[in-house]
Amino acid sequence: MTLGVSRRGVLAAPLLATPFLARAQAGGPIKIGEINSYTAQPAFLAPYRNGWILAMEQVNAAGGLNGRPIETIFRDDAGRPEDAVRHAGELVNNERVDLLAGGFLSNVGLALSDFANQNRRLFVASEPLTDALVWSRGNRFTFRLRPSTYMQAAMLVEEAAKLPAKRWATVAPNYEYGQSAVRWFKELLSRARPDVEFVGEQFPALGRIDAGATVQALAGTRPEAIFNVTFGADLTNFVRQGNTRGLFERRSVASMLTGEPEYLEPLGDEAPEGWIVTGYPWEQINNPTHTAFRTAYRARWNADPKLGSVVAYDCVTSIVAGLRKAGNPETEAMIAALRGLTFATAFGTGDVEYRALDHQSTLGAFVGKTVLRNGRGTMADWRYAPGGSYLPSDEVVRSMRPAPV
Amino acid sequence: MEDLLVQGLSGLASASSLFLVAAGLTVIFGVTRVVNFAHGSLYMLGAYLAWTFVTRGAFDFLGPFWRFWGGVIAAALATGAIGAVIEVTLLRRIYRAPELFQLLATFGVVLVVQDATLWLWGPQDLLGPRAPLLRGAIEIMGVRFPRYELFLIAVGPVVLGLLWLLFHRTRFGVLVRAATADREMVAALGVNQALLFTGVFALGAMLAGLGGALQLPRESVNLQMDLSIITEAFVVVVVGGLGSLPGAFLAALLIGQLSAFGILILPKITLVLVFLVMAAVLVVRPYGLLGKPPQGLHAVSGPPEPLLAPAPKALRVAGAVLLALLLVAAGVLPDYELSVLTEVLVAVLFAASLHFIMGPGGLASFGHAAYFGAGAYAAALLVKHAGAPMLAGLLAAPLAAGLMGLLFGWFCVRLSGVYAAMLTLAFAQIAWSTAFQWVEVTGGDNGILGVWPDAWARPKPVFYLLALVLCLGGALLLRRMIWSPFGAALRAGRDSPLRAEAIGIDTFRTRWFAFAIAAGFAGVAGAIFAYGKGSVFPSMLGIPRSVDALLMVLLGGVQTLAGPIVGAVALTGLQEQLVRFTDHWRAVLGATIIALVIFFPQGLAGAARGWWERRA
Repeated sequence: MTLGVSRRGVLAAPLLATPFLARAQAGGPIKIGEINSYTAQPAFLAPYRNGWILAMEQVNAAGGLNGRPIETIFRDDAGRPEDAVRHAGELVNNERVDLLAGGFLSNVGLALSDFANQNRRLFVASEPLTDALVWSRGNRFTFRLRPSTYMQAAMLVEEAAKLPAKRWATVAPNYEYGQSAVRWFKELLSRARPDVEFVGEQFPALGRIDAGATVQALAGTRPEAIFNVTFGADLTNFVRQGNTRGLFERRSVASMLTGEPEYLEPLGDEAPEGWIVTGYPWEQINNPTHTAFRTAYRARWNADPKLGSVVAYDCVTSIVAGLRKAGNPETEAMIAALRGLTFATAFGTGDVEYRALDHQSTLGAFVGKTVLRNGRGTMADWRYAPGGSYLPSDEVVRSMRPAPV
Repeated sequence: MEDLLVQGLSGLASASSLFLVAAGLTVIFGVTRVVNFAHGSLYMLGAYLAWTFVTRGAFDFLGPFWRFWGGVIAAALATGAIGAVIEVTLLRRIYRAPELFQLLATFGVVLVVQDATLWLWGPQDLLGPRAPLLRGAIEIMGVRFPRYELFLIAVGPVVLGLLWLLFHRTRFGVLVRAATADREMVAALGVNQALLFTGVFALGAMLAGLGGALQLPRESVNLQMDLSIITEAFVVVVVGGLGSLPGAFLAALLIGQLSAFGILILPKITLVLVFLVMAAVLVVRPYGLLGKPPQGLHAVSGPPEPLLAPAPKALRVAGAVLLALLLVAAGVLPDYELSVLTEVLVAVLFAASLHFIMGPGGLASFGHAAYFGAGAYAAALLVKHAGAPMLAGLLAAPLAAGLMGLLFGWFCVRLSGVYAAMLTLAFAQIAWSTAFQWVEVTGGDNGILGVWPDAWARPKPVFYLLALVLCLGGALLLRRMIWSPFGAALRAGRDSPLRAEAIGIDTFRTRWFAFAIAAGFAGVAGAIFAYGKGSVFPSMLGIPRSVDALLMVLLGGVQTLAGPIVGAVALTGLQEQLVRFTDHWRAVLGATIIALVIFFPQGLAGAARGWWERRA
């Protein structure tokens, strides 16, 4: 018993002394504590971290903020909200970070946002998609960058409503993201097209889809169109079985996130064609801002950017813009600065804004159709869907948020 | 009609895949009694190796047919070789360790393999090519069905037949069956047990590798494969009856079909179906579909538990000093260190409560997190729906968890060994999926937020002292109970049920109450954890948390009273430190666990006791 504790004591002792010293130096770095599920979601978060580091290095190479460089301390929550909260405590109390950022899984994002609220710290959520983060459980210390589940569903509904299909079936992973996406899609599509009916739904367990049975069950309901929310390994298995069994022939498919290179590239030459998707056609966006970003990313990492890279890059950009506006990293000043802050996205599609109304950014996504080119999937006929156009009215948002911010 | 037929065929194909993995697991368990947690890792390695062999064209010189099938076979053989290496270097050293201890070693392997696979193959999902001659689909009553799935449907029975021939028509097979029935006797007859065990482990690993390799044309190869298959494989093995190949086949068929048709009626049943099946089967047939009750008194043979001895004076003094230090810490240490210590304290009580039922009770639980989570949710729900103060939550937690323990325990304590452990897992998963899917009440996987302590307990030192009192108090109370007449009756029931019954001890009721008591204390730990974190999520009832508790008890040493405390401190401390210092914390943690297992096969506290006794 003594052995374990004294060991902890020995390891902890040098850590206690350092932060206070660093804190005392004027002009020391501005510290960001970044928490993410690095070991649980490596495919998505490795390019994310690369994007983050690239942005940070660019800011520091340009002299930092009034001579103060930015420093990020990364922590791995292994996909567990309770670990994320522990890291948050450590980063705030020991590392003395000025603000928190990160989160990939929705429940991790929510746990961090509640920690931020309780401890009166700023939390900039980069990835988590859940609507609850800014609406039903929103709080004044939390800002979110990525377009939410609602926004992505609304973008697809806009296209889906133009289709002749009336009989829809849905397939989504069995957790909050999948269920919310299906709920919003049904609600918004029914509003746009009252003649549409939903004839079947499947909710495979996340990461454990029984693809053959799921495909067959969907086919059995004879839908004219399918709304898909599965991603990652589930998507691959679903597409493979669906292709072989002819599920997608003469049927339209609207699919969340499938145009993101993270999910499209592993499908190789079996990527489905003609699906309406949200995503990121990184190799085709040739405006100056995005080209510069892509070139810099390739030069730094010798790899092509993924959507996660852009999200991380934009997250740093937005934090830096907030810091410049606020003049100091103090939490209340930063909140005031971030509300209504506009900053440029690496997409090169103009400025986006953190809405003062609900702290959701108006970053959008690209909507288009999947095609096969040179044996790999990509997007065609795409356009940028600005996030601000796919949000409910201000009154609706106010009614969903618990307290005015 | 034709839809239903094809749905049934899809179920058969899944059943075949499942059987291949479960077959290896059941063979390994039957002979070596090792609960091989790393079986999913071998399955994953098989898939990754096959991907490499096939896409790199290792067998190109034999033509396009062998490019694929040669790769699959080579991957299976390579995985078998890896299995043999694991057996010779690791498991062989610890067959004499207490029951389930090998699980700890295989868990270390899981962690190391996860990081090694990420390092070797990268984070992206990989897509293998389709199988030659088996691309495309055929029409069955107007519905298209993939040829490869038909092939898989055939593979299951063929492998079952080959294994039957191996076990009934070869000397190796006869020895394996003899060892499954009575391995002491086989050893006494002069059979080279070491070689036999290595052979069996390699065979099981090869089957896992084959199962993984055969997924190549069907599924993407990814880093989550190991954990996504392992629980289901265990379920199949247990439902079929441990060590029974036909049983595993039958169970795989049952689960494959129920999954295929279940989703037609209840699409959201996917999370919990296999566990419902397992719970139902085990309640009706305590040894699985085709399993046999073990002969003799002990479900699992192993060295007998040593008699408990009171702590030596030096240990008590050390304990008192430590307690004093912990009290002083509240005034000295900064906030974060206190919150880590709080977490360690919670882990101590959680592990001690599992040890209570696992050590003296002799009933390992793979689902102890259910009661931890029940306590956490009881507290959180009171806060959310009734705005109750913290003390009410802390009182409700052990009640709720204890009641759940009474309910689930009534079924579980009738069983023994791994069957009982797996039934606790089934109930835990049912509880987990309730928390996960009953969104209106529990908030689903987005959890319940805002479960912060009352204002008076919010300062970290105060909350730490509260946790110290409740957790150490709880752990000491449990320890006291082990020495009480109730604890003595519990231990008697474990060591010799017949004699215990003969002197008038109701062994069923003793174990049942012990189960509920352990559950109640886990509930207290869960409630403190919830207030410490400020939020509650279904992951608090999840398998990883149950495994954590199991690891702590095993790491500390199940046969000592200080074991769970030492194990909890060691594991929580290791995790907390490693995550901060390295991205490869899984590999380091896994390697550390493996090293501890090899050097301290009695657990840390067990090793310390051995050293103390030898010295004295």
